[in-house]
Amino acid sequence: MKTGTARCRPGSTKWTIRGNEDMKKTVLLGAVAAAGLAGAAASAQTLAAVQDRGALNCGISTGLVGFASQDSNGEWQGFDVAVCRAVAAAVLGDPSAVNFTPTTNQVRFEVLNSGDIDMLARNTTWTFSRDVDLKLEFAGINYYDGQGFMVPAALAVTSALELDTATVCIQAGTTTELNLADFFRVNGMTYQPVPITTASEAQQQYLAGTCDVYTTDASGLAATRAAFEDPSAHVILPEIISKEPLGPLVRHGDNEWGDVVRWTLNALIAAEELGVTSANIDELAQGTDNPEINRLLGTEGSLGAMLGLSDDWALNAIKAGGNYGEIFERHIGTSTPIGLSRGLNAQWTEGGLLYAPPFR
Amino acid sequence: MTSATDPSQPVFRLEMLITDTRYRGITFQIIAFFAFVLLFGWMAWNAAQNLAALGQNISYGFLGEQAGYDINQKLIPFVSTDTHLRAAFVGILNTLLVAFLGCVTATILGVFVGVARLSKNWLVAKLMSGYVEIFRNVPVLIWILIIFSVMSNALPAPNAFRGEDPAASMVMGAIAFTNRGVYIPRPLWEPGSAIVVAVFLLSILSIFALRRYAIKRLFDTGQETPVLPLSLALLFVPTLLAFFLLGRPIGIEYPELRGFNFQGGVQVFGSLIGLWFALALYTGAFIAENVRAGIMAVSKGQTEAAAALGMRPGRIMRLVILPQALRVIIPPLISQYLNLTKNTSLAAAVGYMDITGTLGGITLNQTGRSFEAILLLMLFYLIISLSIAGIMNLYNNAVKLKER
Repeated sequence: MKTGTARCRPGSTKWTIRGNEDMKKTVLLGAVAAAGLAGAAASAQTLAAVQDRGALNCGISTGLVGFASQDSNGEWQGFDVAVCRAVAAAVLGDPSAVNFTPTTNQVRFEVLNSGDIDMLARNTTWTFSRDVDLKLEFAGINYYDGQGFMVPAALAVTSALELDTATVCIQAGTTTELNLADFFRVNGMTYQPVPITTASEAQQQYLAGTCDVYTTDASGLAATRAAFEDPSAHVILPEIISKEPLGPLVRHGDNEWGDVVRWTLNALIAAEELGVTSANIDELAQGTDNPEINRLLGTEGSLGAMLGLSDDWALNAIKAGGNYGEIFERHIGTSTPIGLSRGLNAQWTEGGLLYAPPFR
Repeated sequence: MTSATDPSQPVFRLEMLITDTRYRGITFQIIAFFAFVLLFGWMAWNAAQNLAALGQNISYGFLGEQAGYDINQKLIPFVSTDTHLRAAFVGILNTLLVAFLGCVTATILGVFVGVARLSKNWLVAKLMSGYVEIFRNVPVLIWILIIFSVMSNALPAPNAFRGEDPAASMVMGAIAFTNRGVYIPRPLWEPGSAIVVAVFLLSILSIFALRRYAIKRLFDTGQETPVLPLSLALLFVPTLLAFFLLGRPIGIEYPELRGFNFQGGVQVFGSLIGLWFALALYTGAFIAENVRAGIMAVSKGQTEAAAALGMRPGRIMRLVILPQALRVIIPPLISQYLNLTKNTSLAAAVGYMDITGTLGGITLNQTGRSFEAILLLMLFYLIISLSIAGIMNLYNNAVKLKER
């Protein structure tokens, strides 16, 4: 099993069916099933499947610096990738036991629903219709974002309200195109949308000047700008026109697995709040005066067993890449080229929105 | 074989379904048919089962909901508050537009190149075969991307037209070539313009009538009629007269730079141009080969016979060779048209909003109704392909060798 590297969706390989009893075993005609519909509705067995497989199948973006991109060794790195690694560490004890599946905006939910991946950590906005109508389950929010605009500094635009008649590059298949339509309509402005399939192609179009404006989540804009040859030649406009809570998600209907992902994310957030870092975690795991830290790290109570995991699940998850704050700083924080400040993503004690429910 | 028709032969026995060649073919066809129906039935059942297991149902209700997104190129009015169904129609029209433009251009190009490839001029023949080989052997998606990126990188942005001493200027003050597309003037239809258009159409009809008359006169009396000057006069004089007599009812709106882009006029989008040219050049190379094959299938004796009658090469090609070659050309041409039409679904690569981009792209993503959207898409492409094939088959029947 290759780990830590990108792996395409299995095309002609074994067709595993993870489903409940009454689902027909269609292995023989798997290829035909693929033509009809990828046939593998998982329910209630994802955790066992991941443990049997010995690896987590995690869907990520096709490449967005800081969130999910390959380093010079071909290893996936980034803020979203870190969530996958933390879950793999919590479930399997090994942060490298992840098969990464890069997914585009268009196919991400299909890939998740078909059972090819166990979870999706890919700048996905939590919306009502995705949660309810598409039968997805959001495990929490790992980044509070909002849609913004980037323009070349040479245009001397200072506000999104000056963008009347502009040509706007957008990534197709996202919430951004709906927000964009609403924003321009409400403000009585016209624009020309240029829908682009991937982030990298949208950047090329923007740099070639086929559009005046590039719009996506503000974090994505910062990541994009950081990758430009001359970042200072582009400005991100102050207006944030939408709420974009981004988070990892799983399929509807497998609550046990949803709990694993949700509480792994909460463990990372709680660890920062409680001052548990990758530097002091081994020391704290010996036992502390703080019962919540003890419960989190498994020295007190049996939270791990309730999840169907070992008692050191959160310990492993936090050790994989540090707590939420450490992951943030390493991949997208102010010391990185992307240079995002914590803002809304600070702990609630620091005036932000991050608030992990109690580990009790 | 006399026994086969002998009425005293024993009648039908069950094993004859397999052993008897008279029934075997039918038996296997029926078996194949049922297997086929079963296979599709199983696939549909499997899909329904899996959707049910995911807690999803099949519903086309989303088509009536508000789309919420905007489309850049729209042949019918569309705003973001319109429905997904209307967005799908905008996409269908965009697909048909680029398919039509592509087919026409590819045919003209293909016929020209196919004929020129057989030219006795070495340079012309080699240039044309170079074109055919280059375009035929590189995937069309690559050509779409190449032509589109050349356009977006080589042509100036609208910004370059700004200022006292702009880096770029409009061709003849009317047409702007930008990396976002070509802006051309738009006719403004004022009251009375319908009459001018009607006069123009009548002129074209009368030119056809004139040609028929000229041929009849040539056959009846042997006298030639000066068709060309008369046709030109018919084309321009009545229309211009009507135009000025009615007080110039047709105006022109020039594109001008306002805000970030040119406003007014007609914008021919860069994505449309890239897709159109790439499809036309690519399919044109295949059509050129069809045309060449068709011409070469016509016996050389036909050329020689026509030459012996004193016809010039151009007329031989037009009046003797091509009509006969059409019989060979049309059937593969149909499949080239079908290919081109289906290849328009690569539009997403350059952000052209065809049916795959609207219904199969944004609508699918926003509603999550992928199963329904893809089924609709398949239905649309099936209908449009069958229609093209049907129309072309009618044409094929018209030009094919009449056997009596």
